[in-house]
Amino acid sequence: MSVEAALLCAVDPVGLGGVALRCAAGPQRDAWLAGFRALMGHAPWRRIPPDLPDNRLLGGLDLTATLALGRPVAETGVLAAVDGGTLVIAMAERMPGSTAARIATVMDARAVVIEREGVAFNAESRFCTLMLDEGIEADEKAPPALLERLAFHILPGEAPPDLDLTEARALLPAVTMADEFIEALTGAAMALGIASPRAVLLALNAARAAAALDGRKVVEKADAELAARLVLAPRATMFPPPPNSEEEEQEPPPPPPEPNQDEPPPPDEQAPLPDPKELEELLLAAAAANLPTDLLDKAKLAALTSRSGGGRAGEARSQAKRGRPIGSRAGEPRGDARMAVLDTLRAAAPWQSIRTKPAHSRIAIRREDFRIRRYKQKNEVTSIFAVDASGSSALNRLGEAKGAVELLLADCYVRRDRVALIAFRGSRAEVLLPPTQALARAKRSLAGLPGGGPTPLASGIDAAVELALGERRAGRSALVVLMTDGRANIARNGAPGHARANADALDAARAMRAAGVSCILLDTAPRPQPAARALAEAGAAIYLPMPMADSARMARAAGAAAQRLAP
Amino acid sequence: MMDGTDAPSGRGVERLQPAVQPPRRKPVFPFTAIVAQEEMVLALLLAAVEPMLGGVLALGDRGTGKSTAVRALAQLLPDMAVVPGCRYNCDPARGCAMPADCSSQGEGRVPVPVVDLPLGASEDRLVGALDLERALTRGEKAFEPGLLARAHRGFLYIDEVNLLEDHLVDLLLDVAASGENVVEREGISLRHPARFVLIGSGNPEEGELRPQLLDRFGLAIELRTPQDLPTRVEVVKRRDAFERDPEAFCVRHAEAEAAQRARILAGRALLPNVSLPDAIMEEASKLCMALGTDGLRGELTLLRAARAVAALEGAAEVTLSHLRRVALPSLRHRLRRNPLDDSSSTSRVERAIVETWGDEPGQS
Repeated sequence: MSVEAALLCAVDPVGLGGVALRCAAGPQRDAWLAGFRALMGHAPWRRIPPDLPDNRLLGGLDLTATLALGRPVAETGVLAAVDGGTLVIAMAERMPGSTAARIATVMDARAVVIEREGVAFNAESRFCTLMLDEGIEADEKAPPALLERLAFHILPGEAPPDLDLTEARALLPAVTMADEFIEALTGAAMALGIASPRAVLLALNAARAAAALDGRKVVEKADAELAARLVLAPRATMFPPPPNSEEEEQEPPPPPPEPNQDEPPPPDEQAPLPDPKELEELLLAAAAANLPTDLLDKAKLAALTSRSGGGRAGEARSQAKRGRPIGSRAGEPRGDARMAVLDTLRAAAPWQSIRTKPAHSRIAIRREDFRIRRYKQKNEVTSIFAVDASGSSALNRLGEAKGAVELLLADCYVRRDRVALIAFRGSRAEVLLPPTQALARAKRSLAGLPGGGPTPLASGIDAAVELALGERRAGRSALVVLMTDGRANIARNGAPGHARANADALDAARAMRAAGVSCILLDTAPRPQPAARALAEAGAAIYLPMPMADSARMARAAGAAAQRLAP
Repeated sequence: MMDGTDAPSGRGVERLQPAVQPPRRKPVFPFTAIVAQEEMVLALLLAAVEPMLGGVLALGDRGTGKSTAVRALAQLLPDMAVVPGCRYNCDPARGCAMPADCSSQGEGRVPVPVVDLPLGASEDRLVGALDLERALTRGEKAFEPGLLARAHRGFLYIDEVNLLEDHLVDLLLDVAASGENVVEREGISLRHPARFVLIGSGNPEEGELRPQLLDRFGLAIELRTPQDLPTRVEVVKRRDAFERDPEAFCVRHAEAEAAQRARILAGRALLPNVSLPDAIMEEASKLCMALGTDGLRGELTLLRAARAVAALEGAAEVTLSHLRRVALPSLRHRLRRNPLDDSSSTSRVERAIVETWGDEPGQS
């Protein structure tokens, strides 16, 4: 796997986009990278951190040179410099979506086009990208916009051998492929629930590269099988229907992208051999050998969140770049910082008579004169709803709680907050919706929330705190809205029993307080419960008994709390 | 490209390139070769025929060819007359709008500008700013026009419009609506014409657009990956053929491209003469009332779009069937939206169409 991916990618680096490697840093990954680098010969090799500012990534104004020469001097970014070589993104799971989108744009256009800092240029750049994804948790993953454009998603294994690929590269443009393979690969992608045509195009290129690598000018079955295994299988979002049984007995988790996806059409269009349908089944069998082990989980997650969802780390980290201007401060107009021209000139003015000026220049501005604008911006807030869906709550007023959450959601919508939804019932807590701005989705998951079963309150609080800390790592404030009647009867270890469960719940609440997570507790019991109040006190939460709080009042309280978080 | 040559070292320093470069003539995927996606193709053609429509917003899955279509349209458009060298793309027939800042004269023809707003573009490049070179070297206060000036009389395309910072989107929509760019910054105060068709595209999963912004786009279209195998195979085949040999692929579609261009020109010529019967206006109002759209923008867009369809199809009078064809893209993003109502606005508009106008005669 890792060997084939490296070799194919080295044969057609631009056509295949590159490789995403998911694993922690280590000797195995280093060996693979070294092997790949050897295959690429002396081509440029640029390694970048995930949060490279735009002027380094795309290019911009070179301040030092501009000042030294007294005229604007452009600075090339990494994406232009890496033309013809390999871009290596370290810690890709922390790359903000906006940075990924910039790289994706350059990969698509095969050119860097910039319009910033008074600089405009357009430079060809064709390269392949290696994404080193060190994510551990399921929500830490490389940006989807880039993943989609890289043919191979692998775990590094054996390092590739050092081959001379000159011949294969020379042969590649002449490699041809029968239409049947295109049909079969497209069909296989559909059967695996892969929506984007890009995946199929990458698979076609992989098959061609495989033929070229083998010294052939014509794509054969084995090449297409390899392409299905390497390119299509890791992207699968559903299990292919079993061959020869096209009955409509499809299992519930429908393909995530379009819930009403049609079945693949019956194989009535007969082509001369190789029959695309037969071929497709062969390809599917090949792909099946490499289906990700967590496909079921992934399919379920995808069905819930319709792919990306949110929760990528690294977003919204930087200082405010917009919002209300609040004066200027000394600093370089790098990246997104905007120069305060008048303030800069003002800072330079007193020194003019003693500074030696560059030729043809009326004013001498030095680095230390620069002033950049300061802005004040609202923090982003994520509201995490942890809803007690147990039997006691359901009896009491799960319906009303849902109504309250909807009101709160509408409020979040106005503030452009993110929301997440956790439900706890039975033996454990479940994240129904990872943090997202798609509030309609939140409402949908809430509406479908079944009630009943015992109350694992401690697990619910734990899950909410964990999510809140994740949000905080990503630079957002988090507010937990806990809706429960406070009557726990399942302990952390899953054992039933009131005493232990209540102690665990209080424990969890104290942990929440220690972690500094803000919380509002909505008591959903018909009469205010001492248990819930004690829980609120343990967690330093704002306590709101629902009987006295109509939905609107709850929404106001939550709104006020969110306002405090986002000054 | 992979010939082992060493690229320039990391921090290359080079002379500033002129801000306006001759247009690149890299082969672009032909507009007429786009498979399926009829709604997007129609919307872009309408925007080309009737620039007053207010732009197009295309939201959809990854890999549905949003950017491809916009770039393809750029290539399809006929040239326009300009004052050569004018930094504001002025129309020679109307005279230069910025006589103080522009000494260009005469008349020349250039391709209609389709200006890309790259992600990460800063506000100063967009609206124009103090000319840094002149400010730094000669201490002069001069204005350097930005992308808005360059897009005048053409198209401004924003890929990933939902990732663009809100204040930039606000600004863009403001200028697109008023047709004028007002610059008040860094001691510069001026205004110049900037009439362009705004085209935004994006993947709604990466972030939603504020509803206030949605409403300001003329047409909104939704794109989905085709769901039947033969169409998908055709999409893949054409794209693959194009990538393998762009020139040959474009040559094969040259005739169809020329025909489409002629259709746009004929549509533009016919547009002022297309008549709009009162009865049709009433029907449009009825639909908008049934949907409860706010304001008149929806109605106006609906009528304009219907006229543009009629013109594009060579009809002298707008009919109900023209209205039907554009009702969805004109109205689906203008419904007063309960943020939590998840019934799609597309189906709401479809329902309202059937309730107001009945089922379409013949097949849909």
